[in-house]
Amino acid sequence: MNNNLTSCCCGGKDCLKPTNSIIEESHKILPETILQFINQCLKEEKPASQLIAVLHKVQDHFGYLSPQTMDAVAYLMQIPAAKVSGVASFYHYFRLKACGKFIISICLGTACYVKGAEAVLDKFREELGIEEGETTTDGMFTLEVSRCLGTCALAPVVKIGEDIHSQMTVGKVPAIIEHYIEQSKKAQ
Amino acid sequence: MTTNINLTIDNQAIAVPKGTTIMQAAEKIGINIPRLCYHPRLSLEGSCRVCIVKVKGIDSFITSCGTEVQEGMEVQTNSPEIRQARRDIIELLIDNHPHECQTCERDANCELQNLAYSMGVRERLFEGKRKRHPLEDSSVSVVRDAEKCILCGRCFRVCSEIQGVSNLSQQNRGFSTIVTPAYGANMDDSVCVQCGQCINVCPTAAFQEKRHTDRVWEAINDQKKFVIAQTAPAIRAAIGEGFGFVPGTPCTGKMVTALRRLGFDAVFDTDFAADLTIVEEAHELIEKIKKGEPLPHITSCSPGWINFVEGFYPELLSHVSTCRSPMTMMSTILKTYYAKKIKRDPKDIFVVAIMPCVAKKFEMERPEFTLDGQKVTNAVLTTRELNWMIKSYGIDFAGLPDGEFDPPLGESTGASVIFGATGGVMEAALRTAAESILGKPLEKIEFENVRAPVAGLREETLKIGNLTLNLAIANGLVNAKTVLDRVISGEKEYHIVEVMACPGGCVGGGGQPYPNPTHGYSILDPDLALKRAAALYSIDSHKEIRRSHENKAVQQLYKEFLGLPGGEMAHKLLHTSYKPRARRGIK
Repeated sequence: MNNNLTSCCCGGKDCLKPTNSIIEESHKILPETILQFINQCLKEEKPASQLIAVLHKVQDHFGYLSPQTMDAVAYLMQIPAAKVSGVASFYHYFRLKACGKFIISICLGTACYVKGAEAVLDKFREELGIEEGETTTDGMFTLEVSRCLGTCALAPVVKIGEDIHSQMTVGKVPAIIEHYIEQSKKAQ
Repeated sequence: MTTNINLTIDNQAIAVPKGTTIMQAAEKIGINIPRLCYHPRLSLEGSCRVCIVKVKGIDSFITSCGTEVQEGMEVQTNSPEIRQARRDIIELLIDNHPHECQTCERDANCELQNLAYSMGVRERLFEGKRKRHPLEDSSVSVVRDAEKCILCGRCFRVCSEIQGVSNLSQQNRGFSTIVTPAYGANMDDSVCVQCGQCINVCPTAAFQEKRHTDRVWEAINDQKKFVIAQTAPAIRAAIGEGFGFVPGTPCTGKMVTALRRLGFDAVFDTDFAADLTIVEEAHELIEKIKKGEPLPHITSCSPGWINFVEGFYPELLSHVSTCRSPMTMMSTILKTYYAKKIKRDPKDIFVVAIMPCVAKKFEMERPEFTLDGQKVTNAVLTTRELNWMIKSYGIDFAGLPDGEFDPPLGESTGASVIFGATGGVMEAALRTAAESILGKPLEKIEFENVRAPVAGLREETLKIGNLTLNLAIANGLVNAKTVLDRVISGEKEYHIVEVMACPGGCVGGGGQPYPNPTHGYSILDPDLALKRAAALYSIDSHKEIRRSHENKAVQQLYKEFLGLPGGEMAHKLLHTSYKPRARRGIK
């Protein structure tokens, strides 16, 4: 009878492989800057409290939070995926669907609304053929509404990417859309 | 010395230790404050607000579950205002709940329904928008009905705190809040291990097992089918509770008679296969030790545990016993050995396993457990489902005469019946392995120090002859995690590890009856598990044969059919293999 028994077939090294491969895969999904940030968080006393900060960075990089990127965060931070997705779906700020190259955000705050923002929104819907929250099939535009961007003097205001378009009218809409399509073509 | 805090509750003076909550203090003087999300074995959620009370000096009502007592506190648990507020809370919950109590699976044992009745909700005062979600029945074991969910959070608390699985969480916010696996995925596309504890703790019918009763009725009424029941050890310890027997009343004989009256052609005991498991597993273990193969050896009877290790600890799969569970061994033997004996085509034999378990419904669907493309187990009924069938058939269970299992696969030993309690498989294995190691019978057959229903985790060092064995017994998967992490880190060198997914082992399984409130136990209550386990140990102590390898029918089976333990035939029919799951859980 063999009394000299080891706790594990390989002394605990190779046995960890399957888990390690998941960590490796997660490394491939996220960019280096985020991996470094996560590593920093893991050194803190309560790494889980940094989850929201990590999700912000992931969204900044990818534009939205996909199950794949959230899984990577979950494995690297050792937080159950159900909790990660629970946090991500709780906050309005986090985007769970892929968005277009340009996010068109139409302010429906009081000042913009009384100055005709709804008609502008309708025109964008008509021109792009999508509803709010949706993305055009070519992946170019995502249509959203927002509440007060704090620039009421410029009402009605439409934010596209980082650009602010002031005193919007229904008539301006087609040209603006065309402008961004052109800009995208040039960039290519 | 802990200092006592003096307070009054409904004008009764009471002194309780610091840190006691108002709810706990009230219980001590016989005041049962209504509650819904609160569960004594889980963390505080405080989401339902049903347990509100009035404390002098505080303007608003406060929750009694989460507020600790303070010196001089004057608490009022009932007043017209408090009762009105509680009633409003319940009415609002009901307003956002399907109005289908009469056709609901939990009718008459629903905590929300009971509370509405006891709070005096007699009419619907609120009519508002109601949440709508489709029934989610993708999983072969656990059905999720989010419309019935009241967001009390017990399911995701048991899933993370007791089971360490963390498959469930609240997603979205406000009116859209819903409890689902990550990313709102279906249950079958999740890290769920199908243990069914969410079903046990749910106060309504938001979680239910997938019903197999219809297919069983159908088979019984099919003249071409030979319908066999096999009953797991833990059923006999709990089935009586559904018929008014106090927990811990063994009801083996009545259960057998009830199954015959339901129309089963033969009633066998899964315990027989538990003896068979022990013979195979003891052989496997001794071989491992002889050959110096990697240890610990980890048991494989609990299907929730198998799902867990495949999904969370695949690196340890090579340590898990390759023995099929007793249920699947039994079904396999029924469709081979027994089929030949009764000269029936295995295709005409319909095996119904009565299990305390929801994960068994998943186990029976595993493609490994088929013969010529046919499933070896055709249906799995939980104890709850069998209870319902017996009631539905109008059988007066309490008045039934005792019946006997059919021979030859109804024969079992005391070692097999204790499989139903945590530590039971370990004890049964030790009874057989120790004799093989010592080469002579044991003087004392009981291994009381491996019985561990309350602690959830027990580590023991045992000397058998000149062999020292380090043992670990874990129930509740969060305790299994502790053991497995110690194995991986090398902190502990165990020889044998027994894991049962459910708290207390199978007696606390995800398919066991909801405790009858009049008996004073809540689900997950270790005292309830102890009572049920005591019934099994009592059956064991009264058995003439108490060692698995001495089971005459098992010996006969090897002689006539299987050959030797661990032999070619045994390997083909009684063993299995495991593979890591696609979705990996976070440890």
